[in-house]
Amino acid sequence: MRRTIAYLFIGIFFGIVMYKSEAASWFRIYEMFQFQSFHMYGIIGSALFLGVLGVLLIKKNNVKSFYGEPIKFNPKDKSFSRYMYGGIIFGLGWALAGSCPGPIYTLIGAGYVSILVVLVGALGGTFIYGLIRKKLPH
Amino acid sequence: MNWIFEPWPWYVAGPLIALIMFLLLFVDKQFGMSSNLRTMCAIGGAGKQADFFAFDWKSQRWNLVVVLGAIIGGFLGAHLLTNDPSVAINPETIATLEGLGFENAGDTYLPEQLFGLEAFSSIKSLLILLGGGLLIGFGSRYAGGCTSGHAISGLSNLQLPSLIAVIGFFIGGLVMIHLLFPLIF
Repeated sequence: MRRTIAYLFIGIFFGIVMYKSEAASWFRIYEMFQFQSFHMYGIIGSALFLGVLGVLLIKKNNVKSFYGEPIKFNPKDKSFSRYMYGGIIFGLGWALAGSCPGPIYTLIGAGYVSILVVLVGALGGTFIYGLIRKKLPH
Repeated sequence: MNWIFEPWPWYVAGPLIALIMFLLLFVDKQFGMSSNLRTMCAIGGAGKQADFFAFDWKSQRWNLVVVLGAIIGGFLGAHLLTNDPSVAINPETIATLEGLGFENAGDTYLPEQLFGLEAFSSIKSLLILLGGGLLIGFGSRYAGGCTSGHAISGLSNLQLPSLIAVIGFFIGGLVMIHLLFPLIF
């Protein structure tokens, strides 16, 4: 139960940050791909800078989690095609709908009914991938 | 405290996103939003059609709780913590969007023609939203992650696969906006 409350609060915090940073705004995504603002690059860049630093420190000092477990990092499977092809397809959708999965949930909460159409599409896309994945190069 | 109600600058938002990733690591979890779509398919019974969805989705309940939180957070951000939802995008961007038929770009948080209620009376807008969603869902699962899983978590852990995926994200995004937008809009 306490863990569930922790997940809920982390999610609430995430939703607020996504909305308030305007990372959930279609306009910001369009502007980013036009290279006409530093805003989104600053967000991703500063998150990454601290992320890389923190992960290095955790690994170097064998930092334990709040529950005393070693912090695990799952290395991604080695491949090129699935990341490049999948990435390009995702990028096309990211730019068209102007939101990635996290902001979809945020925008539902913000009250945009039409984002539910994007969610239905995303569930459909995931389902189609599950159906034909064995035929795709990975 | 008035800054809370203003849009948050990148140097506040970026570090907070890193903090969210670390908070999840410290409760033994990994930051990744798109895997919830697979979980939702599994809950809906997609395991009968494809074994990709035949897994114990209950092990992923924690991430659905994060999703519920993100929805609540979106509500709080939009309705309690924001007075003016306009987005101060570059005037050049506004001009480009006007050329594509987007009026008053940036005056609202999202473009009205795609996300306002009027979108429901336009087949074109609905197809754009549905198509965008399909690409997001298909692409993120194919690539094994989205912006949170690859661009933040994966790159923070210096994963080459994540770098390939993020390069793919940008190729796709640039093709969409520079080559396909003029054909779509």
